[in-house]
Amino acid sequence: MKTKSIMALSALPFLFASHFAAAQTVDVTVTNLTQGIFFTPLLVSAHDSSAHLFEAGQSATAELQAMAEGGDISGLVSATTALGAVNSENPAAGLLAPSTSTQVSGLDTGSNTHLSIVAMLLPTNDGFAGLDSWEIPEEAGTYTIYLNGYDAGTEANDEVVNGGGASGVLGIPASPGGSGETGASGVTTAETNQTVHIHRGNVGDTDATGGVSDVDSRIHRWLNPVAKVTVTVK
Amino acid sequence: MKLKSIVNISAVALVAGLMAGCSDSSNSTNTPEMNDYEITVTNLSSNQPLSPVAVVVHEASYNAWEIGSASTVGLENLAEGGDNSTFLGEARTASSLGAESGTGVIIPGSSELIEVSVQRGSDLALTVATMLVNTNDAFAGRAGIDLSSLSIGDELNLRLPIYDAGTEGNNELAGTIPGPADGGEGFNSDRDDVNVVSRHSGVVSNIDGYTDSVLEQSHRFDSPVAQLLVRRVN
Repeated sequence: MKTKSIMALSALPFLFASHFAAAQTVDVTVTNLTQGIFFTPLLVSAHDSSAHLFEAGQSATAELQAMAEGGDISGLVSATTALGAVNSENPAAGLLAPSTSTQVSGLDTGSNTHLSIVAMLLPTNDGFAGLDSWEIPEEAGTYTIYLNGYDAGTEANDEVVNGGGASGVLGIPASPGGSGETGASGVTTAETNQTVHIHRGNVGDTDATGGVSDVDSRIHRWLNPVAKVTVTVK
Repeated sequence: MKLKSIVNISAVALVAGLMAGCSDSSNSTNTPEMNDYEITVTNLSSNQPLSPVAVVVHEASYNAWEIGSASTVGLENLAEGGDNSTFLGEARTASSLGAESGTGVIIPGSSELIEVSVQRGSDLALTVATMLVNTNDAFAGRAGIDLSSLSIGDELNLRLPIYDAGTEGNNELAGTIPGPADGGEGFNSDRDDVNVVSRHSGVVSNIDGYTDSVLEQSHRFDSPVAQLLVRRVN
């Protein structure tokens, strides 16, 4: 009985803290750290502690699948907006090229306390760079986060560039860097882990007109982390 | 007691120095206070000897490289050929307080301790860089590690990620790699790659379907490739 009342009391400050958290304004800079991988339009989302754009080890939502397979963030935007999130859509106004940065300036998070970021990696079948529900510090300052490359687990990584970007359509929608490879037979037709997981990387090959893959193993691979995120809390 | 009086005297000298601004009326009886650091680099790779390490302690404003910016000629020399002399020269010209080179190659599994002493300052930062010699232009390093909050006796235990200088294509061909895997060319002033610094995507090697590569399975790597211990001894 006594323990219970102590717990109730000690929970109070936390409740107050979350309900009356002052709205924060943040600047978010996203840098593509890779040498040869493009990011599709980014979604930078400030949301409450219960929302997730993705969760490692869980099945992708249909909205995440659309982003990871085709770079379409509209479903995630609708879903998060319905939960009261504040979003910055496509801050780079298109693709974020390798080794370049884009900034979201003055994002007013309102009552939202957590930050998530996603963008598809091209050329991949369903790879994406992701930040899952990072708690925004209340203390003003600049914070650095490194993002890994994830696999949505929704499509076999066949590495065939055929324009297939719609959900459930096998293939890579595009290779923006213009590797020019064609005629691949496909690396695989199976997706072993069908939950969101760390991407194993592209296999690729060096055969421009055949081989197993339409991506170039010397150019279109990566090591983690794939992105650097700098958050400045005002 | 004696220690205390020495500190007081040097504090007076410091104040006098501040008040005097840039005047040359320095008190010759006081030697400047020095910060002494021990920098230990341990090679954690499988089969990537590390070229003699460049160690630079500098003002925080100096930046030896940046993701998305072109390599300096000094960094190009370091990353393509393992020669750090131009890199260290650039640092000395720009802002360096202390610029030292390791004495030799650090083979996998071994370490080297490099000492550097600099005049005490308020915004000191550390940069280290070393080539993975069995690559076209990969280097490990960190730029601008903040030393301002490191007290005497404190230690930073860090890891070194791998960058691509972007100045030489990662073709892995015979004659292009200076390390023992090939014995080929080091520095070449041509820039036939993306010409910006990024994180490295790893090597393919001939075990992975790239039959023209002179690299074999043992030359593959993942990040981090080295441990960096920074110890302030004075």
